[in-house]
Amino acid sequence: MSRLSDWHIAALLALTGIAGPLLLPALVTQFAFLWLMIVFAVTWDILGGRMGYNSFGNIVFFGIGCYAAAVIQRDMGLPYFEGLALGLVVGTGLAVLAAALLGSALLGIRGHYFAIATLGLTVASGEIAAGWNYVGAGSGMALPLYPGALGERELFFSYSLFAVAACCFLLCRWLYSTRFGLALNAIRDDHDKADAMGLRTTPIKIFAWCIAAFFLALSGGLAANMIGFIDPRDVAFAGATFGVWMVLMAILGGKGTLWGPVLGAVVFHITQEIFWTWLLGWQRVALGALIVIIVVFFPQGIMGWWAERRARREAA
Amino acid sequence: MLDNLSLLVEFPAITLDVVLNGLLIGAIFALAAYGMALVWGVLNIVNVVQGELVVLGGYITFVAVQYGLHPLLGLPLSAAIMYGVGWLIYRGVIFRVVDRDIFISILATFGLSILIQQLANLVFGAEVRSVDAALGSVHFLDGMVTLANVKLLAFLLAIGAGAALWLFLRKARLGQAIRATAQNPRAARILGIDTDRVFAATYGLNAALCGAAGSLAVMAWTIHPYMGLPYTIRSFMVVVVAGVGNVGGVVAAGLGLGALENVAGFVLGVEFQIAFVFALMVLILVWRNLRAARQRSHLE
Repeated sequence: MSRLSDWHIAALLALTGIAGPLLLPALVTQFAFLWLMIVFAVTWDILGGRMGYNSFGNIVFFGIGCYAAAVIQRDMGLPYFEGLALGLVVGTGLAVLAAALLGSALLGIRGHYFAIATLGLTVASGEIAAGWNYVGAGSGMALPLYPGALGERELFFSYSLFAVAACCFLLCRWLYSTRFGLALNAIRDDHDKADAMGLRTTPIKIFAWCIAAFFLALSGGLAANMIGFIDPRDVAFAGATFGVWMVLMAILGGKGTLWGPVLGAVVFHITQEIFWTWLLGWQRVALGALIVIIVVFFPQGIMGWWAERRARREAA
Repeated sequence: MLDNLSLLVEFPAITLDVVLNGLLIGAIFALAAYGMALVWGVLNIVNVVQGELVVLGGYITFVAVQYGLHPLLGLPLSAAIMYGVGWLIYRGVIFRVVDRDIFISILATFGLSILIQQLANLVFGAEVRSVDAALGSVHFLDGMVTLANVKLLAFLLAIGAGAALWLFLRKARLGQAIRATAQNPRAARILGIDTDRVFAATYGLNAALCGAAGSLAVMAWTIHPYMGLPYTIRSFMVVVVAGVGNVGGVVAAGLGLGALENVAGFVLGVEFQIAFVFALMVLILVWRNLRAARQRSHLE
């Protein structure tokens, strides 16, 4: 895509983010979830698309963010916004720490072993949270009520998640233009050669996972407050929904491209919102079928398809 | 938690009961793991839908028993129907991802796993199901140790199936074709082996083994729509520890895992048993990676 249309899309998204919730107040929550989905897809793509490490475990950091905010807000006795702010700080801190520790243990594992290991990590985290009484065990945790006026709450979380998504996207965009971005691609394309060229691959990989963890935990604390309730397996460590969606959205849009994950998140979220209520209890069956169809028939994604089409037209 | 641990130390008979029951359940894990090793070795894919095939096999026996079939006859029925299901899954999805990037096949089979899990939830309901095979149980050491006969049967059948599989892969024409394809698909094609049919048969055989495992699981234990992924992870773990193409190793690792898991479930509490399974898998992969890194540094 040319430079010009890049800015067009950015302007359109920014306008949607700022004006959308005001113009279409009925859809505020949908907008908030859209920004959350964009954070999911963009952060997944840092490892999955750019670095070639396909993770099913990123949702763990989202869950840490959810639970950290909930525990801080429950136990510290602070007013709502102070509690939320402290919860977000502690949550992101814990998530980055977890990413550094887990990363130094897991990021040496390559290929499909890494994918399965992170899948195990997700399920284990959900099961531990579901058995741990301090965080409400299987019945989850409720978050404090938003103190403001009716309707203000949705607006607040929609704007904060938009800000998180925008920061995340802009930071990634800048990172991909630096040497760090090139190093990520080198690790994806040939890990051993990247090592041989003298790249310090382990710190690079861990740092990349820490960035993803930071934004996931931030959005986790906000999303938990927006939803108002966290369930260990269905909200916080939701490997079978959010955890797979982030992979699916990045692949649908085109992994390893700048706009692909964003585009995939938008297309996936809109499709889901339109069809979900209509499917009546068959949603998760449809999700399974959708994964199979996208992965088997459309692995190059929308951006890949676009590039192929343009290449063919130029050749003709 | 520590109370249970001291209980194990003070009363060896309880320890014996927990370990023996775990070993017998482990035979079911070994059965599902043979299938995973087969598919991994021959098709070079990690079959994440493995556990759902086990669960489906269990439901087939459960439904057949509702219609008045003897539970033990449910076993061959499950295996036969699951062979067909496996063949269909291969023809529908797997053959399209066999020669692609391994992550594509992981994601595709993960999608299938969610699909089947949710279908099972809608069709059979979320209740925990089991079938009483009415075989009684044996007691010894003054009733401190109780072993259900059906678990003993499951154990013998799993060992028998392992031996039969070993013989089949060595002696039968199809078994030899499967091994040839596993070693070198291109050379096998040149020598006139229809590798596509070998793949389909291998996947069907895997599904049949899972079906048998599920049938035994519903008799000796319980079945639940969401129990698939733990079986997948157990099979994966067993194959990682034993290695692809090592039937004896798979039996040993499967039994060991069963015993370990049962002891962990007893000490940590049943609510942490699944967490233990997944965390153990992560630890095994980390350990494997560290060992490989050490070997690499020796070479330097």
